[in-house]
Amino acid sequence: MKRFGYFFLYLSLIAVALFQILPLIWLFFFSLKSNAEIFAGSPFSLPTQFRWENYQKVWDGGIATYFFNSVWITVVAIILTVLFASMAAFAITRMRWKLSGLVLGLFMIGLMIPIHSALIPLYSMFLSVNLIDNPLAIVLTYTAYNLPITLMILLGFYYTLPHEIEEAAIIDGCSVHRMFFRIILPMTTPIMATTIVINMIYNWNEFVFVNTFISSEKYKTLTVGIQNFIGQYMTDWGAIGATLIISVLPIIIAFIFFSNKVVEGISSSAVKG
Amino acid sequence: MNKVMSNKLFIAFYIAPALLMITILIFIPLILSGYYGLMDWDGIGAKTFIGLENYIAGVQDKLFWNSALHSFLLAIFSTLSLAVYLLVSFILASKIKGSDFLRKIYLIPMLLSSVAIAQLWVKMYNPSNGMLNAFLKLIGVENPPSWLANPDIVLYAIFIPILWQYAGFYILIYYAALKNIPESLIEAARIDGASASQIALRIKLPLIKEVVSVTIVLAIVGSLKYFDLIYVMTAGGPNGASEVMASYMYKLAFSSYNFGYGSAIGFLLLIITLIVTFIIRKVTETKERIEY
Repeated sequence: MKRFGYFFLYLSLIAVALFQILPLIWLFFFSLKSNAEIFAGSPFSLPTQFRWENYQKVWDGGIATYFFNSVWITVVAIILTVLFASMAAFAITRMRWKLSGLVLGLFMIGLMIPIHSALIPLYSMFLSVNLIDNPLAIVLTYTAYNLPITLMILLGFYYTLPHEIEEAAIIDGCSVHRMFFRIILPMTTPIMATTIVINMIYNWNEFVFVNTFISSEKYKTLTVGIQNFIGQYMTDWGAIGATLIISVLPIIIAFIFFSNKVVEGISSSAVKG
Repeated sequence: MNKVMSNKLFIAFYIAPALLMITILIFIPLILSGYYGLMDWDGIGAKTFIGLENYIAGVQDKLFWNSALHSFLLAIFSTLSLAVYLLVSFILASKIKGSDFLRKIYLIPMLLSSVAIAQLWVKMYNPSNGMLNAFLKLIGVENPPSWLANPDIVLYAIFIPILWQYAGFYILIYYAALKNIPESLIEAARIDGASASQIALRIKLPLIKEVVSVTIVLAIVGSLKYFDLIYVMTAGGPNGASEVMASYMYKLAFSSYNFGYGSAIGFLLLIITLIVTFIIRKVTETKERIEY
C-alpha cells in the first residue's frame, strides 16, 4: 500500500515535470525539422535528420545583431544596478543617518508599482532629452527598475556583516571609500553573484521598454527583434523554432551553471517581499 | 568611528546614484502619469488641460472595465492554482529522491522571455500543426477548438501559459518554506501519533502561513499588472476578448496616440494595484511572527 502511494506521488510529480518541459522539447525538435516534416508529419515525431542549417539561416539573417545588443545592454545594466544597489545597501545598513528608513521605504514601494503606469511619462521624458531610439534609455530604465529588487536581496547579507569590520578599518586609518570598495564589496561576492544572475534573467527577457523606446533594427534586443523576425518567416516553422531556441539558450546555459544562485535569488526576493 | 560613518558627504555619495535613478525614472513618471491624465494630449502636440474628464471617462469606459474584469479573472485563476502548487511542494518536500532535480525542471519556463513563451504557445495552440490539437485528436476529440481565435475560449487559453510560466516559481518558494520547518517539530508530532495528512494540514500549513500570504499578494498583484505574454500572443484580441488593463492602456497610448487618456488609465491601474495590495496585506496579515 505504502509502495503504491509513493509510486502514485512520483507519477504526479513527473507528470508536472513533463507539462513544464515538453513544450520546450517540442520546440527544440521542430527547430531541426523542415517545413515538409512539420506540416505533413505528426507533431510528436522526431526530425528525420537534424537540420542545423535552420540555425545558420536565422543567425546570418540578422539575429546576430539583436543577440549582441542583448548581450551588451544586459551586461552594462547589470554592472550599474549591482554597483548602485551595493552602494545604497552600504549607506542604508552601515552608515548612520536619520532618513535611511524613509529612503529604504521608497525602494520598497518601487517593488510594487506597475511599470505600465510609468510608461507614457517615461516615453515623453526620453523624447524631450532625445533618448528615444537610443540604447541608453534602455540601460537607464533597466538599472532603475531592477534597483529595488537587487537592493532587497543584498540587504539581508549586509545586515549580517559584523560591525567590527568598519571599526577595525577606521582605527587602521582606512577611508570609507577604501573600506567599501576593498573590504565590504569583496566580502559580498556570493550574494552579488545571486543578484547578477537574477538581473541577467530580467534584462535578457525584458520586452515592453525596448518595444516602446527603440524603433531602429540596429538597436533592438532579442526579445523584440525576434518578433519581427518571426513575421518574416511566417510559415517557416523550422526557422522560427531556431530563432526561439537561440533566444532562450543563454539563460538556459546560465541556469545549468548557476541554478543554486537562481534558486536563492528567487526565493529570497519573493519571501522577503 | 561614529563620526566617519555619519559623515553627510559620504552618505550622499553612496545613496545618491540609486536614489536619483529611482526618483527620476520611477517616482517622477508615476506622478507625471497622474498629471498627464488631466490633459487632452496626443503625445506630440500641445497639452490642453481638461480637468478630471479623462478619469471620469475612464471610470465610465466599458472597455476599460472589461479589461479590468479579465485582469481580475487572471488574478482569481492564479490564486486558485496556488493550491495545486502547494500540493506539489508538499509531495516534493516529503523526502522524495530527485526532488532537487524536479524542482529545477519546474523552474525552467520562468527563465524564458515572455515573447519566446508566447510564440511557443501560439505554435502549441495552432489548430493544424500544434501539439495540443494533435494530442486531442489522438485521444479521440474530433473537432478540437481553434483556441486563440474563439472569443469564448481565448482568455482561458492564454491563462494556461501564464500559469505554466510561474508554476516553478511558486513551487520553489513553498518548497523552501517547507524545508525550513525543523525536523524535530514533525518528529514530535509523529511520536504523538499524528497521521501524515494531519501533520501536513495542522502543523506544516500553519507554519508556512506567512509565506502563503506573500504568494497570494504576488499572484494577485502580478496578475493585475500582467502584459507581455498577452500582448504578443493575441494583442488583446479577438475583438477585445483577451484585453487586460495594461494592454488596454498600451493600446490607447502607443497605437491610438491618446496619451492623455492612456495616462489616466495607467494611473487608475496604479491606484487599483496599490489598493488591492493594501487590502490583501491587511486581510492576510499574520498577527504573531513565527519563530522556530
